[in-house]
Amino acid sequence: MLGPIVGVLFDGLAYGMLLFLLSVGLSVTLGMMNFINLAHLSFGMLGGYVTVTLMDGLGWPFLATLPVAFVAGAVASLVLERVLFRRAYRASDLDQCLLTIGIVFMSVAAAAYIYGTVQQPVQLPSYLTGSVTFLSVNFALYRLFLIATALVITGVLVAALEWTRFGAQVRAAVDNQRMARGLGISVDGVFAIAFALGSGLAGLGGALAIAMVGLDPAFAFAYLVYVLIVVSVGGLGTIWGSFVAATLLGISDMAGKYYIPELGSFLIYLVMVGLLMWRPAGLFGRR
Amino acid sequence: MTAPVLSTRRLDKSFGSLIVAHDINLALPQGVRYALIGPNGAGKTTLINLMTGMLRPDAGQIFLGEDEITSLGPDERVKRGLVRTFQINTLYPHLSALEAVTLAVCERQGHAGTWWRRLPAYRSAVEEAHAILCSLHLGEDCYRLTHELAYGQQRLLEIALALATKPRVLLLDEPAAGVPRDESAGLFTAIANLSEDITVLFIEHDMNVVFRFASRIIVMVGGRILLEGTPEEIAAEPRVREVYLGRARCG
Amino acid sequence: MPLPFVLTPNYLSLASQIAITALFALSLDLILGYAGIVSLGHAAFFGLGAYTAGIISTYGWGEPLSGLVIGAAVAGLVGYGASFVIAHFRHLALIMITLGMGLLLHEAANSASWLTGGADGLQGVNIWPLFGAFKFDLWGRTAYVYSLVVLFLIFLAARRLIHSPFGLSLRGIRENPLRMPAIGAPSRAHLREIYTIAAVIAGVAGALLAQTTSTVSLEVLSFQRSADVLVVLILGGAGRLYGGILGAIIYMVARDQFSGVNPQYWYFWIGLLLVAVVIFLPNGILGGLARLRATWRRAAS
Repeated sequence: MLGPIVGVLFDGLAYGMLLFLLSVGLSVTLGMMNFINLAHLSFGMLGGYVTVTLMDGLGWPFLATLPVAFVAGAVASLVLERVLFRRAYRASDLDQCLLTIGIVFMSVAAAAYIYGTVQQPVQLPSYLTGSVTFLSVNFALYRLFLIATALVITGVLVAALEWTRFGAQVRAAVDNQRMARGLGISVDGVFAIAFALGSGLAGLGGALAIAMVGLDPAFAFAYLVYVLIVVSVGGLGTIWGSFVAATLLGISDMAGKYYIPELGSFLIYLVMVGLLMWRPAGLFGRR
Repeated sequence: MTAPVLSTRRLDKSFGSLIVAHDINLALPQGVRYALIGPNGAGKTTLINLMTGMLRPDAGQIFLGEDEITSLGPDERVKRGLVRTFQINTLYPHLSALEAVTLAVCERQGHAGTWWRRLPAYRSAVEEAHAILCSLHLGEDCYRLTHELAYGQQRLLEIALALATKPRVLLLDEPAAGVPRDESAGLFTAIANLSEDITVLFIEHDMNVVFRFASRIIVMVGGRILLEGTPEEIAAEPRVREVYLGRARCG
Repeated sequence: MPLPFVLTPNYLSLASQIAITALFALSLDLILGYAGIVSLGHAAFFGLGAYTAGIISTYGWGEPLSGLVIGAAVAGLVGYGASFVIAHFRHLALIMITLGMGLLLHEAANSASWLTGGADGLQGVNIWPLFGAFKFDLWGRTAYVYSLVVLFLIFLAARRLIHSPFGLSLRGIRENPLRMPAIGAPSRAHLREIYTIAAVIAGVAGALLAQTTSTVSLEVLSFQRSADVLVVLILGGAGRLYGGILGAIIYMVARDQFSGVNPQYWYFWIGLLLVAVVIFLPNGILGGLARLRATWRRAAS
C-alpha cells in the first residue's frame, strides 16, 4: 500500500520543484517592486523553446542547453524591463496586469507562429531516461534529476541571500524599499538583476518542464495560474515561501488527480481560495 | 462636573520591544483646546491611531462620554463623533473639493447607501458642504479637483472633511505640517473659530502656535505622558525644556 | 446609436451580441471603474445567468422575461455571498481570489455535466416567443430589440446609480480607501452592495446570451471571457459609464471583421493593443478623448 503513496509524493515533489523554479523569480520581484508580472512564464516558455531549437536544430546535448535557457530568460527580461516594464512600476495593479497579459498574448501568438501549436518532443540523453527501483517503488531518473537540480539551486539562492552583499541588498529592498534607497542601495539596479535572475530561473524551469509536462504555446498561460497560486499562497518576496507553497501545490495536485480524477483542478482552486482567505498575505508573507 | 468627552484608561501598545504607548490616562472635557506636544517618536500619532481605532491597544480602555468604544471600528467611532485628520494629506485626488466634502456629509446623513434617489436629499448635502468649504475660505475653489489645489488648501480640505462629519471631538495630526508660516496662521484661526461644543486636540511642533491657541497642553515622551497643564505651567516646567533640548551640560 | 432595421439579418445578430457584451462590460465597470475592485473572474456571474436561463428552459419553462429575472437573481445571490469575501481583500490577494472563484465555478460546471452538459454544452435549450408573439429566430430581429431594450433600461439605472450619493461613495473608495472609515463610511457594506448589483447585471447579460442564441457552453464561465470583457472595458475606458459600450462596439466589430483569421493571431493584436493602451491611453479611448478636449480648452484660453 505504501507504493502508490510514495509514488504520488515523489511525483508531486518533482512537480513542485518544477513549479518552484518557475515561481521563485516572480515571488521575489513582486515582493520587491510590487510589479505584477503576469508575463513571467513567457520567459519560461522562451527557455523551453531555446532548448528545443538548440537540440533539434543544432544538435546540442540536453544538459548544455540548460544554461543557455537560463541566459535567454535573463536577457529577454532585461530588455523587456528596460523598454517596457520600467514605465509601469508606479501604475495601478490593473494596468500592470493588462500590460503583462498583453505581453503574454503576444508571446503565445509568436510561439504558435514560429513553432506551431503541437507539443514539442525532446530527446532526453540516455542517462536521464528510465527509472531506478528502490524498495519496490519506481523513481524516474529524470524526476530525480529535476529534484536534485532544484534543491541545489535552492541552496545556492538561500546561501546567496544570506551571505552575499547582493543578497543583503535584495533583502533590504524587499523589506523596506524607501529605507534601502535611503541607505544608498541602488534599488533599481538590484531589482534589474534580481528580475533577470528570476526570469532566468523561469527559463531554466521551462527547459526542464518539457520532459515533465510538455511544451506548447499555451504553456505561458496554462501554468501561469499555478505559478500565481504558488506566489500568493507562499507569500511575496520569500524564497522559502515559494518553496513550501510549490511543494504543497505539486503534491496536492498530483494526489488530487490520482485519487479523485473527476474533480480535476477543483481541489487546488478551493484550497487556494481558502488559504488566501485565511492568510491574505500568503503563508510566509508580510503585511 | 460632567463626564469627560474623551477619556482613556491605562492604554498600552507596543510593537515587540518597542513601547509606543504606556499607561496613557487622559480625560478631555468638552470644548477645551488641547495641544499634544513632544519630541519626534514620542508616540503622538500612535495615540491618535489608538483613540480612533486604527490601531488596537494591547491593554486599556477608551471612552467617548460614558460609552466604552475600545472595541469599535474606526467608522463607528466617527459616527459617534470622534474624528481625526491626517498628518499627510489623505484625500481623494480626482474628486473636487465640493464632491469630497459632500461625500462626507452624505455618509454622515446615511444617504450614501441610497442609489435610487437623486436630487432632493442630495442638494441639501451639497449646500452644507459648500457652507463648510466657505467657512474655511475654500468656497471659490470648491469645483477644482483635489490634486489641483495648493498644499495649504489641501490641509484645509482635510479639516473640512472632518468638520463634515459633525464631530464632538476633533483630533488634528499636525494640521499645519508642510504649510508655510504665513498660511498656517489662517489655518489656525479657522481652528480657533471652531464651535465651543467641539473638543479639539492638535499635535503641533511650533510652540508659538501652541501657546497661542491651546488652553491646555499635554507633553508626551517615549510613549508616556510626562505632564499635563496650562500653557503657563508647562512653560515654567524645566523638564519640558530638558525633553526637547536635553539636559544642560553646565550650570 | 441603434443600428437601423435596414441592415441584413447577419448584422442584427452581431448587434445583439454587441449589446450583450456592452451590458456585461457595464457591469464590470461598476465594480472596476467605479469601486476599484479588480476582478479576473467576473465571467462567473455571466455564466451563472446564462446557465440558469438555459437550464430552466430545458426543464420546460422557456418564458424569456421570467427566465431573465431568475437568471439575474441566481447570479445576484451568488454575488452577494461572494461579496462578503471580496470586500475584505485588496491587491494581489483580491485578484487571485476572483480568479480562483471563476476557475472554481468553471471546473464545477465542467464536472457537473449532468446539469450543464459539460464540455458538450447545454442541450435542449428552448426559449418561448417573447410576449407569446415574437419568436427568437435566425433573423434575429426579436433578439436585437430585446437585447437593446434591456441594455438601455439597465444603462439608465446605472447612470442614476453613478450620479447618486452611492456612486460618489464608490468613487471615494476607489480614490482613497483609507480615508473612507475616517469619514464614517462603511466601505465594506458599500462594496458588497455594488458587487451584488454588478453580479445581477452580469447575470442579465448572460441570460440574454442564452436566450438569444439558444446555446450555453462552458465558454461563458471561462477565464477567456473574463479577460475579454476586461479588454473591452479598458479599450473604451473604465469609470466613464459609456466606455463599456464603446469598447464593445469596437471590439465586436473588429472581431467580426477578422473572424476569418486564426484565433492565435487575433490574440497577438489584442496583446499589442493592451500594451499600447496601457502605455499611451491609460484611460481608454474615452480618457484619451477627454484629455484631448482638455488640451484644446487650455489652448483656446
